[in-house]
Amino acid sequence: MSKLGTITRRTFLFGSVAIAGGLGFGFYKYKQPIDNPLKADLADGSSALTPYLLIDQNGISIIVPRAEMGQGVQTTLAALVAEELDVTLDQVNVIHGPASAAYFNAAVLEEALPFSSIDTGTMANGMRKFVHVPAKLLGLQITGGSSSVADAYEKMRVSGAAARNVLVKAAAQQLGVSTSSLRTENGSVISSNGETISYLELAAAAGAIKPDSELQLKPRSAWKILGKSQNRIDIPAKSTGAAEFGIDVDLPNMVYASIRVNPSLGAAMNSYDASKAQSMRGVKKVVEIDNGVAVIASNTWYAFKAVNTIEFDWATADYPLDTAAHLKAVEDSFTSDNQDSQFRDDGDVEKALKNADQIISAEYKVPYLPHAPLEPMNATAWLHDGKLEVWAGTQIPTQAVKEAVKITGLEQSNIKIHTTLMGGSFGRRLEMDYIIQAIKVAVEMPDIPVKLTWTREEDMTHDNYRPIGIARFKAVVGDTGPTAIDLQLAGASVNASQMGRLGIPAAGPDIAIVQAAWDQPYGVENFRVTGYRVKNDFPVSSWRSVGSSQNGFFHESMMDEIAHSKNLDPMQMRIGLMTHEPSRKVLEAVAEMSGWGTDLAEGHARGVAFSLSFGVPAAEVIEIAIIDGKVKIVNAFAAVDVGTALDPRNIEAQVMGGLNFGLAAAIMGDISIKDGQIQETNFHQYRSMRFYQAPAVEVRVLENGDRIRGIGEPGTPPAAPALANAIFAATGQRIRELPLSKHIGFV
Amino acid sequence: MKINVNGQSREVDVAPDMPLLWVLRDELNIKGPKFGCGIAQCRACTVHLNGQPVPSCSLPVSAVGDGKITTIEGLGSPDAMSVVQAAWVEHQVAQCGYCQPGQIMTATALLSSNSNPSDDEIDTAMSANLCRCGTYPRIRAAIKTAASIIREIELLPTDAASAREGESS
Repeated sequence: MSKLGTITRRTFLFGSVAIAGGLGFGFYKYKQPIDNPLKADLADGSSALTPYLLIDQNGISIIVPRAEMGQGVQTTLAALVAEELDVTLDQVNVIHGPASAAYFNAAVLEEALPFSSIDTGTMANGMRKFVHVPAKLLGLQITGGSSSVADAYEKMRVSGAAARNVLVKAAAQQLGVSTSSLRTENGSVISSNGETISYLELAAAAGAIKPDSELQLKPRSAWKILGKSQNRIDIPAKSTGAAEFGIDVDLPNMVYASIRVNPSLGAAMNSYDASKAQSMRGVKKVVEIDNGVAVIASNTWYAFKAVNTIEFDWATADYPLDTAAHLKAVEDSFTSDNQDSQFRDDGDVEKALKNADQIISAEYKVPYLPHAPLEPMNATAWLHDGKLEVWAGTQIPTQAVKEAVKITGLEQSNIKIHTTLMGGSFGRRLEMDYIIQAIKVAVEMPDIPVKLTWTREEDMTHDNYRPIGIARFKAVVGDTGPTAIDLQLAGASVNASQMGRLGIPAAGPDIAIVQAAWDQPYGVENFRVTGYRVKNDFPVSSWRSVGSSQNGFFHESMMDEIAHSKNLDPMQMRIGLMTHEPSRKVLEAVAEMSGWGTDLAEGHARGVAFSLSFGVPAAEVIEIAIIDGKVKIVNAFAAVDVGTALDPRNIEAQVMGGLNFGLAAAIMGDISIKDGQIQETNFHQYRSMRFYQAPAVEVRVLENGDRIRGIGEPGTPPAAPALANAIFAATGQRIRELPLSKHIGFV
Repeated sequence: MKINVNGQSREVDVAPDMPLLWVLRDELNIKGPKFGCGIAQCRACTVHLNGQPVPSCSLPVSAVGDGKITTIEGLGSPDAMSVVQAAWVEHQVAQCGYCQPGQIMTATALLSSNSNPSDDEIDTAMSANLCRCGTYPRIRAAIKTAASIIREIELLPTDAASAREGESS
């Protein structure tokens, strides 16, 4: 086993001081301190100073309670603690740690509020503080919404500072000197005459000391780690096959399972015949679980093979049975009784449209999309000695505990979730389906650990998808840009679907339906954005950048149409409309980077798009070449503003990856439904970007924003419209439907 | 039956049609080769068979015979990396990292037959391997760095070359 998700029992730790309630900082203003979850797992006579730090005889371990799915969070969040503690990243172990409400994420709920992320008004800020309370009460330890850095920025630095504070005090006591005569460096306290005591030696004494109630965080000018590109801690293992993902978990006497569930999502299994499977080589047991059957075998492949021989009689789906019917449902939802929100209604749109000489209008469509992370869904569960242990890549470990309690009836204290590295997620591992299945299979195999692995076919056809959607707009365009816009967006509620599966009530409008459309910082005199909710039982979910993934395409294709309708430069028009300084600056930066306005080779063209999502303004330019009538993506340029850039090179990687993720879906991403079942079963049908298709990507990271932001998602939304706009610039063909390859060929 | 993996002969008792991938992963606990699709579409399972990259998810173990199998673990370890692995770290390629063992195996095979590949040759060699995180530009940069180091080694006299190989591993 790797150290990930495991806290060693050899730990001898400092005395028990939870920082909760002890510090005079905003984030711990609640009356009831949350227990430090590390205490439960420590050897006798030991405890942990803060929920983010353990010191044992092998050194210092920083707990980063956010899921590593490729975004580098384990490195960046560890750096927050390391900076204040005065240790280097190569001096520490980084572990995910246990599932605990103490690790609730306050920032993630802010995105769900009907305030633009750049709105710093009293009402908006008041509401942001308010949602930290339900976040705490829900105890939702969640990785998502590009929120990890914003959530951790203060509390993990404070945690490092508190630990440093007591270590210095312990050294002062030992040396009989004042704390002010001591300094810290590289994991040691150093006295004025050069005596050096390592944190390791001070740990036991420091544990009995309470930190000061007011702690000073380092000013940015004193940062040694933060603000500078770091070598990611997970990359050496990931480059040598040594990294342990969920699918790699290995336990003594483990058996292997796979599953087949009704391909009509959520529908029942009427009957099945597994007589053939029962007698196949390696098969140990066939068990019925929710809407399907699992086979347990001595090797994953034996389980796959046996599952394929089972004959099923499936019930029919409760949702529309084919793609055309789903599209019809979206078309039919543009009615007042399906109206979900109208967060923006500036000026008088009706009047402006009525008085206009000319109105331009269009309709846009996007398809369902799967998350399709490269590591298929899997989880390992082991019911033994009255306890349940689960190993899984999950973005919500505390929810996994709740599901485990429901299934096993065990006390929460007897359930342990080991959060593993994940081979991608893009929102997929916010779901509990594969974890619930693994636990149910484990209940059928007491005392024996079971690893459940889905086939790619099961994974592709049993996802919870990015919703299909339609946008309709009407606009009046003046000499410098739009004077009136009426934008209507229809799609299913990701929030209601997802929260429904988690058993959390989701009342009110779903911001995701209009995200990155209603809240864009363009000044337009008459501007109305209306969201309509499509109501059916087809499971939908957050897909990297959520509602911004389709609305970025809708909004920014629309802005391009508006510009071209009056022969305005699409870049200059956007810059002229910007009401938010950091947003204007990312456009200016990307214009400069891409050489916007300068001549290109014959057959080349550029397209631009801008999206503000998750508080990050992101502007992208895609340069394409038309070769024999087909599109070749040549170069991509992106400028983003994260407020404070903790790790520039990792931020660049996330923007590059987010952009490519958006391009892949824009070019060829498509999920279709027939007879209630997903038709694309594997990567030969659900195609994704290949090496030869990937453009060179140049990224610039700006820091003009008012506060720190996360960057896992904001690179995605502008990619599709920038590409579609480049295709228009090159060919005059305005493509209003994704994937683009339905309408034009790609090299 | 016996198979030769990373220089060792290993005895396995499995169905002859079991893909090599599942022999490596579930029978021999060699977890570097990854399962992504099962139909040779993503190549996360890539290993070398006699130096050639093959999708182990689609290769029945009975077809391996006495061929020599090398997995990502056979190239190097976190403490002693191969030239290609070290270039992957230098360029901070991996994000989720799940496809990277396959990418590195494919790149290593390319560079062992061609230490000065053109962009087109890199495109051709690497386009069977899928990366959902979109790390392709950094993969290209890492391949170029590794290629230049390999060319340097090739130009050195034999003794110095083995010393240099020792350094970079």
